[in-house]
Amino acid sequence: MFAAENGLKGDPRLEAISAAIRVVPNFPKKGIMFQDITTLLLDYKAFKHTIDIFVDRYKDMHVSVVAGVEARGFMFGPSIALALGAKFVPLRKPGKLPGNVISKSYDLEYGHDCLEMHVDAVKAGERVIVIDDLVATGGTLSAAISLLESVEAEVVECACVIGLPEVKGQHMLKGKPLYVLVEPSGLDDHLC
Amino acid sequence: MAFEDGTDPRIPKIASAIRVIPNFPKPGIMFQDITTLLLDTQAFKDTIDLFVERYKGKDISVVAGVEARGFIFGPPIALAIGAKFVPMRKPKKLPGEVISEEYSLEYGTDKIEMHVGAVQPGERALVIDDLIATGGTLCAAIRLLERVGVKVVECACVIELAELKGREKLGETPLFVLVSST
Repeated sequence: MFAAENGLKGDPRLEAISAAIRVVPNFPKKGIMFQDITTLLLDYKAFKHTIDIFVDRYKDMHVSVVAGVEARGFMFGPSIALALGAKFVPLRKPGKLPGNVISKSYDLEYGHDCLEMHVDAVKAGERVIVIDDLVATGGTLSAAISLLESVEAEVVECACVIGLPEVKGQHMLKGKPLYVLVEPSGLDDHLC
Repeated sequence: MAFEDGTDPRIPKIASAIRVIPNFPKPGIMFQDITTLLLDTQAFKDTIDLFVERYKGKDISVVAGVEARGFIFGPPIALAIGAKFVPMRKPKKLPGEVISEEYSLEYGTDKIEMHVGAVQPGERALVIDDLIATGGTLCAAIRLLERVGVKVVECACVIELAELKGREKLGETPLFVLVSST
């Protein structure tokens, strides 16, 4: 669900966050309007708002793990984890994590990819938030949920800065709640 | 075994939270795994605090983090000192116009990239990564920032593999590390 529908309607921080996100047309291929969060990271206030909104939401939910999807989930997850006093667990592409891992493969538009987690990172019963910069089809987040559930962790919510139209109106992903701050920015929306 | 830097009491716990994995990614390499540090909430907080204490109030406006583990440490430091975070990425990951810097590997070369316009001439920057080995990647990051007129005040890493003498490769740019490992 979008933050504006869930207690943050009219919150000026959401507008600042949305305005700070740059749209890059035709990346990585023609027809895709890429939502570039690097400009959000250059806007210290808007980046801080982003982290604060997630922290405010989760601070009383007894979350002990923030799992972040490589690589842009790494840019948001650790700051949230630190503020919550939670562990940060990176979910990575194959072959990057050095210890014993569990893997989950998932479908892409063409072909498939794979997400890995260290087996000993999360204990059964721990309450987990999964973070990524953007949710499109939900394939990656679904794989993340599978990994965490396979070690009997409880996924409390998936949280993303941006949610593409495919997820509008969806409150759940693989039976888990989805929380999104903003819709995609348009070409003219970015304030330079 | 790790040697601790200075006498700050937080350092030994940070050092012991780092897991060493033998023969990864290939035989003979003792991999310094910081993921276990990230699972120790106090040690991770202390890591960030040590960097923030050093850099706050020093007029640093840019924290540049090297993909991918630099993305874990850089943003919390940037937020705490009021700086921008700039990701320095492998080729073709950044969507906008980029500048690139090539650097040598043991076999062949690699490149790192930064968005054009992310930083302005005259800005003061830190470069962050989890670990410095030969210094090749950090050197490339420094060159990239210097090419656009940014002053790299210091490179900061959690771990230094001292034997590999990366510090010397950085030349004039100072290096600050929390844990020096042999």
